Amino acid sequence: MKQKNVIQVKNLTKKFGDFTAVNNITFEVKQGEIFGFLGANGAGKTTAMKMLIGISKPTSGEANVADFDVFTNPEDIKKNIGYMSQKFALYDDLTVKENITFFGGIYGLSKSIIKQKSEVLINELGLQEVANELVGSLPLGWKQKIAFSVALLHNPKVVFLDEPTGGVDPITRRQFWEMIYKNAHNGTTIFVTTHYMDEAEYCDRVSIMVDGKIEALDTPKNLKKQFNVENMNDVFLKLARG
Amino acid sequence: MKRFIGFITKEFYHIFRDTRSLFILFGMPIAQVMLFGFAITNEINNVNIAVLDKSKDATTQEIINKITASTYFSNKQFITNEAEIESAFKKGNIKAVLVFEKDFSEKLIKENKATVQIITDATDPNTANTVNNYVSSILQKYQQETNKNIKPIYQIVPQSRMIYNPELKSVFMFVPGVMTIILMLVSAMMTSISITREKELGTMEILLVSPIKPFQVIIGKVVPYIFLSIINAIVIVLLSIFIFKMPVQGSLFLLAAQSILFIINALSLGILISTISETQQTAMMVSLMGLMLPVILLSGFIFPISSMPVPLQIISHVIPAKWFIIILKGIMLKGVGITILWKETLILVAMTVFFIVLSIKKYKIRLE
Amino acid sequence: MSILIKHISKSFKDVTALKDISFNVNEGELFGLIGPDGAGKTTLFRILTTLLIADEGTAFVANYDVVKNYKDIRNHVGYMPGRFSLYQDLTVEENLTFFATIFGTTIEENYDLIKDIYVQIEPFKNRRAGDLSGGMKQKLALSCALIHKPKVLFLDEPTTGVDPVSRKEFWEMLKRLQQKGITILVSTPYMDEAALCDRIALIQDGQILQIDTPKEIVKHYPKTIYDIAASNMYELILSLNEYQYNHSVYPFGEFVHYTDKRDDFNPEDLLKFLKNKGLKNIIIQLTKATIEDTFMELAR
Repeated sequence: MKQKNVIQVKNLTKKFGDFTAVNNITFEVKQGEIFGFLGANGAGKTTAMKMLIGISKPTSGEANVADFDVFTNPEDIKKNIGYMSQKFALYDDLTVKENITFFGGIYGLSKSIIKQKSEVLINELGLQEVANELVGSLPLGWKQKIAFSVALLHNPKVVFLDEPTGGVDPITRRQFWEMIYKNAHNGTTIFVTTHYMDEAEYCDRVSIMVDGKIEALDTPKNLKKQFNVENMNDVFLKLARG
Repeated sequence: MKRFIGFITKEFYHIFRDTRSLFILFGMPIAQVMLFGFAITNEINNVNIAVLDKSKDATTQEIINKITASTYFSNKQFITNEAEIESAFKKGNIKAVLVFEKDFSEKLIKENKATVQIITDATDPNTANTVNNYVSSILQKYQQETNKNIKPIYQIVPQSRMIYNPELKSVFMFVPGVMTIILMLVSAMMTSISITREKELGTMEILLVSPIKPFQVIIGKVVPYIFLSIINAIVIVLLSIFIFKMPVQGSLFLLAAQSILFIINALSLGILISTISETQQTAMMVSLMGLMLPVILLSGFIFPISSMPVPLQIISHVIPAKWFIIILKGIMLKGVGITILWKETLILVAMTVFFIVLSIKKYKIRLE
Repeated sequence: MSILIKHISKSFKDVTALKDISFNVNEGELFGLIGPDGAGKTTLFRILTTLLIADEGTAFVANYDVVKNYKDIRNHVGYMPGRFSLYQDLTVEENLTFFATIFGTTIEENYDLIKDIYVQIEPFKNRRAGDLSGGMKQKLALSCALIHKPKVLFLDEPTTGVDPVSRKEFWEMLKRLQQKGITILVSTPYMDEAALCDRIALIQDGQILQIDTPKEIVKHYPKTIYDIAASNMYELILSLNEYQYNHSVYPFGEFVHYTDKRDDFNPEDLLKFLKNKGLKNIIIQLTKATIEDTFMELAR
């Protein structure tokens, strides 16, 4: 099955003055793929992701996301991607329904579509009883699941997830990954940035950034074989410690 | 003691490394004094007026000249009929219209009486009032001059003398107010922010789980701001003496002592605010809304308390700033001493003790 | 006994944070409190560090009652709260000096204890704490918590938000501190860190699920676990969920961890079932339970 590339990056570089945050990275992500984008704090993964979601202009190189160029069409990129981060996902002082309505509105969905979609979402996640409660009162795992569904409201081609399951309890975490598998299966591309290596194990392919460069890019299985270790954590340690 | 000194050293690091708070600390007092001193004033100057002169004779001409010759007014336009008055006001740059009735001179001579109508734009009541008074007094003066040779049957001549601020300089009124605001702001807001910052950062947890005693933390927070507030008070007094030539009639020592009393009062309020706020943002909001607004609006700084509705007058009694402003005016303008100001001082002392006791009671040795 | 916890319960308004918690930590032990966010780890830490008072139960730290002798405890424990609570606008050295002074000591006096850790950040001692990387902040925070030679060290999620390299270094430091006789209670949401502790308590929703050594905990896992993989992960999970004999189906990295209800489970049956579902490249192999498997089994 030959699938098309949803993210295509070639020699992408970002400099801040003398400092090269992202140094000439090249990779592509296929439609429906779960792609792990790993790196230590300060390795440049946040900077790289900001360029891909159209909020930071690259210094040089090429990048296409959802068929749009990051240099010329950053606004179109924003319409065609979803974003969810662990730090901020939903407004705690709005109810579940209000959050859905708000984020649906941001992406220009009509009232009737928002209504229909929020019903589907609430039923799928089994949230009927808490639909009118403040998000702040819900357990973290629930919030993360709702946030992920909200990021998918406008049927984006790619969803960017920033450390989506850090600190979530193991069972909810697996439910979350099942949601990710389902959406990837249905053709949504999933781009996960994280420095939790156990999250990396779930991805189809992962790249590991060290000091602005991509030092490794393969399936977790192959990487473990290549470095002759048991888990991604050790792969990372070997790479980062040199 | 070593602990305590270590703590204070740390506080000074915080203050001197934060440009924003440094600006509030030292930039604001100067900016405020300058602003109130130069820009905001109660005096009128070059107020534009219009004249509707229905008689156009020598007397009216003379009166108009007298009025426009003063620096207070300048004649912007002549109006020819009553209908134009309204539109003149609406255009906006006219504050008053003088209407001289028909045959002004003739009436004055024949009937000993003629009327000038003064119409003022009362959207700004203060200016309207002042304009009214100024025009009236110019008219009165003119009358006295022309009647010099005639012996009236009898006449009461009010002779008013403004004392303590004979030149009616509004800066004299504002300096005590500005000083109060700044001491309140620096002392209360800055301490409450600096304590809540530790809560927000989580460092308060570490401090609590350490042998340093809670009161040492509080005093350590307060001491640097006492110093800074005193410096501020000195800067303001110096500015007002040297730039605005405002005299300090009373004892400088008493002024200093009262200022320190008020600073401690404000600091204890700041601690109290920090015990009820969890974030720097709340502390700032509470300080601004809860302290600054009453200080500006209800302390008698801008609006005289005696002309406030009774409920507000009652509220003003519990505002420390009100008493401090009375004390400041007393010392700086009237030159009175503690024998006169003992009542206000006592009230401030009582309030301070109350706030300190309350904040010690409310201060938590644990997280909840 | 370094830490003694008896029937501790604590509620906040209508939320029960801790329900009847009891356990002990021996002197010189490295004890892990393992559980997700919201399990009650921080509340328990705050009770033990005298910051909160429990609704019910008693607790002793270094033989001091956490309520009655709170002042003594504050002299003898080191505490590193969840966030790296440092003064961001103070330099590395100023932070350390400050904490040394408020504990009535100096850096020189206890330098041997923090030396291992501090030498790594000493080159940056004139840098503001706010400009340090996550790993370095963590080291500085640990140095500050150790500066007064505490008997018991409380570390609340010290490795959250820190990259794997710093995490590994951090655990190596804890091991060395333990050898110096310091009792350490550490909490973490990462199940893989559990194996590094002497003993662990698994905690969820304010309740202790199990307490034992990491080895014993996985040994007592009641089921046989199989690693299952196929070319399509999503369809594999769907199929396994449909399989009537499944006891648990959990995605686990590139595999799915599967347990069966039957004692006489034959993997061949399942293989046949999955093949009929149209799955390709199926792998079914035995695997060992992890702490995470145990946790999920207990939390069910």
